[in-house]
Amino acid sequence: MFSGFPLFPEQASTLAGSVDGLYFFLIGVTVFFFVAISAALLIFAVKYRRRSPSEWPEEIHSSLLLELAWTIVPFLITIVIFVWGATLFFSMNRPPDNAIEISVVGKRWMWKLQHMTGQREINQLHIPVGRPVRLTLTSEDVIHSFFVPAFRVKKDAVPGRYNVMWFEATKAGRYHLFCAEYCGTQHSRMIGEIVAMEPADFQTWIQGGPAAESPVLAGQKLFRELNCVTCHRPDSQGRGPVLDEVAGSTVRLAGGATAVADESYLRESILVPAARIVDGYQPIMPTYQGQVSEEGVLHLIAYIQSLKRPPAGAAVPAGGNK
Amino acid sequence: MSAVSTPREPQIPKEHYLNAGYGVKSWLLTTDHKRIAILYLASVTFMFFLGGLYAAAIRLELVTPPGDLVLSETYNKLFTGHGVLMVFFFMIPTIPAVLGNFLIPLMVGAKDLAFPRINLLSWYCYVVGAGLVLVALVEGGLDTGWTFYTPYSTSFSNSNVILAGLGIFAAGFSSILTGLNFIVTIHKMRAPGLTWFRLPLFVWAHYATSIIQILGTPVIAVTVLLVAVERTFKFGFFDPARGGDPILFQHLFWFYSHPAVYIMILPAMGVISELVTCFSRKKIFGYSFIAASSLAIAVLSFLVWAHHMFVSGLSVYASLIFSALSFLVAIPSAIKVFNWTATLYRGSVSWQTPMLYAIGFIGLFVIGGLTGLFLAAIGLDVHVTDTYFIVAHFHYVMVGSVVMAYMGGLHFWWPKITGRLYPEWWARVSAAIIFIGFNLTFFPQFVLGYLGMPRRYHYYPPEFQVLNVMSSAGASILAVGYFIPMVYFTWSMRYGKVAPANPWPATGLEWQTASPPPTENFAVTPTVTEEVYDYTKPPKEPVFV
Repeated sequence: MFSGFPLFPEQASTLAGSVDGLYFFLIGVTVFFFVAISAALLIFAVKYRRRSPSEWPEEIHSSLLLELAWTIVPFLITIVIFVWGATLFFSMNRPPDNAIEISVVGKRWMWKLQHMTGQREINQLHIPVGRPVRLTLTSEDVIHSFFVPAFRVKKDAVPGRYNVMWFEATKAGRYHLFCAEYCGTQHSRMIGEIVAMEPADFQTWIQGGPAAESPVLAGQKLFRELNCVTCHRPDSQGRGPVLDEVAGSTVRLAGGATAVADESYLRESILVPAARIVDGYQPIMPTYQGQVSEEGVLHLIAYIQSLKRPPAGAAVPAGGNK
Repeated sequence: MSAVSTPREPQIPKEHYLNAGYGVKSWLLTTDHKRIAILYLASVTFMFFLGGLYAAAIRLELVTPPGDLVLSETYNKLFTGHGVLMVFFFMIPTIPAVLGNFLIPLMVGAKDLAFPRINLLSWYCYVVGAGLVLVALVEGGLDTGWTFYTPYSTSFSNSNVILAGLGIFAAGFSSILTGLNFIVTIHKMRAPGLTWFRLPLFVWAHYATSIIQILGTPVIAVTVLLVAVERTFKFGFFDPARGGDPILFQHLFWFYSHPAVYIMILPAMGVISELVTCFSRKKIFGYSFIAASSLAIAVLSFLVWAHHMFVSGLSVYASLIFSALSFLVAIPSAIKVFNWTATLYRGSVSWQTPMLYAIGFIGLFVIGGLTGLFLAAIGLDVHVTDTYFIVAHFHYVMVGSVVMAYMGGLHFWWPKITGRLYPEWWARVSAAIIFIGFNLTFFPQFVLGYLGMPRRYHYYPPEFQVLNVMSSAGASILAVGYFIPMVYFTWSMRYGKVAPANPWPATGLEWQTASPPPTENFAVTPTVTEEVYDYTKPPKEPVFV
């Protein structure tokens, strides 16, 4: 294939090959039925073409057997495709545990990315080859969509909620990053690149550059500045729940329901505290909507998540590099 | 030059619906379903060519990678205008409101639709809606995409969202009223002897369509109202900054807009069933399976909406269910395709223009339908959704299938509508041009989409240029293909050869009356004594003239 006129996208992630496998299978199915139907139509149209205006051919009665056949056979084929597509979808939605964490905030018209080690990037993301990368996406304004064709992955960045996607690059290179959800005037300029590097080069890259404040440290600072600590004290004497070990646990809510304290729950508890109150506490916390930026919320969450780890390692990022 | 020669020279009847009155009032206040169909024909044709102009500007801009012809703002207004005009003011009304309006009373042997004045009202709703949207497009434009996704449309866009939304709201009533009229007419006004299983499949298809129009359209009406209320009064339905949920909008929008796809394709399928059987001179293969599959599509179409949202953060299990249901809705369409193909077997196949369109339809619909499976397969949808693959897919269904069927139907019933024959040679040539132009325009877009080119992109990376140039070249051929019929149809209204009552000849009550039919449709109330699509002998001479 000559460059400048590609007909097929590069395969650069662990998932790309399996997505393409299903794609080629479906092309096969499409070509088969298209050729079969077109051939039948053309052969009939030629072979039984009208030779005289007074032809009135005999009726052929419908056949139940035939009808059942062309109902059941396509049905069986779709079951195969369904299971194949669903299996693939499951693996796309199950990030491996050892993934590098990146937070992504879409904003008209740029991508703001941050590594757990603190490095910030705009419209560019450096990642190591051979290591899964897990992205937590949100948006400051409208819906965007994080799309890397070479990796065959895409996920919307929706304001007000966190979506998660992951991928693992298989070869070093620079790959297109597109915004795939229409977001206004400069939508088509909301593009960037993923720079996949050999692990050693990535280490050099991440250690070079200015020392950056990790999200956990930034979150800790914010936690103090906003006086969260007045109520969320570590000794269970505060007016709010103790936050140590809360992240990822299942909390009991007032009214008897339970909730997993994932990123979305923590986010909601900061911005809309009264929505789901932990059992045994009063709904007295004020909202922080408008007082903390999207990135600030992500930092606070990173800090709260770090609290479930041994206290000495407060600065060790969740899933960060060793 | 003419479609068919008949032994004795046909005459235009002395009195028919077209010469029943010539004044402006005789048209604008008419309650004759045939005249209302003509009003719709003029309106949707205008909107089609206007939407086509938008498309032409889009394809011209995309010849080069940088956005160098218009500003990004303008480009966004172009694809939004194209989508809104084509979807709400051409694709949804076209076959039901033009062909359905004209033919359903004739096909069931009735004098008119059940509620003739409501039928006129529906055209006025359409005109008001179209007027509001045209004002919105001319006075500053609309830049939300035809999908109006929130919170962009409610809190960020500075364009005419409310005005355009009200236009769609008004046009929605036109759709609901037409559906209502069809359902009542089909239930209550069938001629003596015309049992349900003697109804032409065109009527069955419109019955199924009407169900969707009545049940689905109120949802889009409510949705655009909510958008307008959020924009005006800052209520927080959809904007998370005000406590709303942007994904809720997508659920509501697609709850209508996916079934709306079937509002477009079901009538097209009805047309194809008529064409295939007439030009093969065979009773349609599997009549009851085709009729039942229309109803199956109408029901299933309401259960697949979230397949537009697989990358929005929908839960994995919800995605699985919507994926499975989306595969299921493919089956009834497959049944139709197989039955149409089987109908040709041992028939007497004529290669006249309507049949060319019908064969073109089936081929393109197979591609349009099967590429839908790519999108229902969730693991693959993730890569291709929101790319040109989607654009190619729905244009194969919308343009490759629906417009093909509409053109086929227009040629088929043109002699009935106008009393004149169209020029067969020109018609065949333009059908071929449309087929070639269409494929050159949209096939490269499948490749572009899989390569990763996102839709609604004003600027694009240079490696996508060759395929975009091919697509734009195809679009200019397609434009020529649509322009020629416009010319010869107009020409034929005055100079075309006079059509006999039943030129093809075809079965069906509409061919049993004069061309063009009298205002009251039939001189005597028709009675039906035969099965539908009996082509084992020449259809009887028009008897209800």
